[in-house]
Amino acid sequence: MDHFKNPRNVGEMVNPSGVGNAGNPVCGDTMQLHIKVADNIIIDAKFKTFGCGAAIATSSMMTELIINRTIDEAMAVSNKTVADALGGLSQAKMHCSVLAEQALGSAIDDYHTRRKEADL
Amino acid sequence: MKQIYMDYAATTPVRKEVLDEILPFFSENFGNPSSLHTFGQDARYPVESAREKIASAIGATPDEIVFTSGGTESNNFAVKGIANARQDKGRHIITSAIEHHAILEPCHFLEKNGFEVTYLPVDSKGLVDPDDVLKAIKNETILISVMHANNEIGTIQPIKEIGAIARERGILFHSDVVQTLGRMPINVDDLNLDLVSASGHKIYGPKGVGFIYIRKGTRVTPFMHGGEQERGRRASTHNVPGIIGIGKAAELAMIDLHSETERITALRDKMISGILANIEDCRLNGHPEKRLFNNIHVSIDYIEGESLLLYLDMEGIACSTGSACSSASLEPSHVLTAIGVSPDTAYGALRFTLGRLATEEDVNFVIDTLPGIVKKLRDMSPVYKNKGKA
Repeated sequence: MDHFKNPRNVGEMVNPSGVGNAGNPVCGDTMQLHIKVADNIIIDAKFKTFGCGAAIATSSMMTELIINRTIDEAMAVSNKTVADALGGLSQAKMHCSVLAEQALGSAIDDYHTRRKEADL
Repeated sequence: MKQIYMDYAATTPVRKEVLDEILPFFSENFGNPSSLHTFGQDARYPVESAREKIASAIGATPDEIVFTSGGTESNNFAVKGIANARQDKGRHIITSAIEHHAILEPCHFLEKNGFEVTYLPVDSKGLVDPDDVLKAIKNETILISVMHANNEIGTIQPIKEIGAIARERGILFHSDVVQTLGRMPINVDDLNLDLVSASGHKIYGPKGVGFIYIRKGTRVTPFMHGGEQERGRRASTHNVPGIIGIGKAAELAMIDLHSETERITALRDKMISGILANIEDCRLNGHPEKRLFNNIHVSIDYIEGESLLLYLDMEGIACSTGSACSSASLEPSHVLTAIGVSPDTAYGALRFTLGRLATEEDVNFVIDTLPGIVKKLRDMSPVYKNKGKA
């Protein structure tokens, strides 16, 4: 409830290293995640979410879990990790945590794509 | 923190006068009204008195009232009971697309059992067109069921006209009046009603009790089989405190009907104009005039209703995202879909329903508090950022 009431890391970045978007066709929730990466470490993350209480709380918790983690460590953060960190989610709300996982995957993919393009 | 309750369409608090009347029937006058001894008869007379009060509230006679466990049972009883009793005359039922699930689900059940159901469309304000009812009637039509007022958007249906169409053709007409009993005058003869469903806890009575009005001479197959209670129409030991409670609640509602209508209509109108004036990209759902006097249903774009509801709750304001019964559902409301609201807009729906405890101070607090919550959620919404870029 605290992460819903006082969500951490809400917002966007001017020059993100990667941007991820995810939408949940089941309930219409949408999430946008910006990450800033330095030396393979996610040094900052910002999110914006259109969704229910669980979607906002999982978005907030996920940003907290990935900041100061390496890309590989962040990729290991699953929807279950996020839900567990929040103290658990009801079965009906578990699908909301998938939104955060998908946005993270999308942001990391985007980061890799940008790096490849920069290397070319 | 002050708690402001604005979810009277979901349930209402039991009035003190009702509670006072009920309490002795739990432990002092605990007899079974079906028993012939004094204990039983001491419970029987108040049950019959409650039946008279209910009948008087809707212009019926006491023997036309059957007590049930609530609105859902009454609706199930009406739809399945008529379908069972009249299937030799036909297997077609007409209802509207925006009925409560307590009507829609029995209809779906009947469809799986060889009945045909026509779900009438509604216009963008949620109104059923009586001409559509006329067009939908077939030789096999045995029942038309259209709710008096919608529980989500508050639109009041032209049931008198629909009832007249049904009556002319010898088709039974049922209406779910759960949201209108005690909030609007109801007379079963004036409105051409053959069956009516209502619930106790929406009129400041207890939960777990309701009634169905069945016009004299109407054959309905019982829903509950067992004893011979309710003249063989509904088995099960009478819920004596509940029945006494719904009777008293209906009696009080009739006394207060005029004054409450006037007072709450003024509060409702102030709240609607206050919300619409202070929040952009926000609209009223339902009919602007033909709406329940206590219903405020708005769609607020770019944010999700459940988040709004939870933030409002943190401020002490209790409302609903639509139908309380479907709040666990992930699907957009079937009512909003039926009036043509897009899924994105439907997600941002909020329903405030006012009642006896509502004050102008409460209304002002909501008008002042809501915009800040909307701003906070919109600032957090990736959809709002892209506003207008569709």
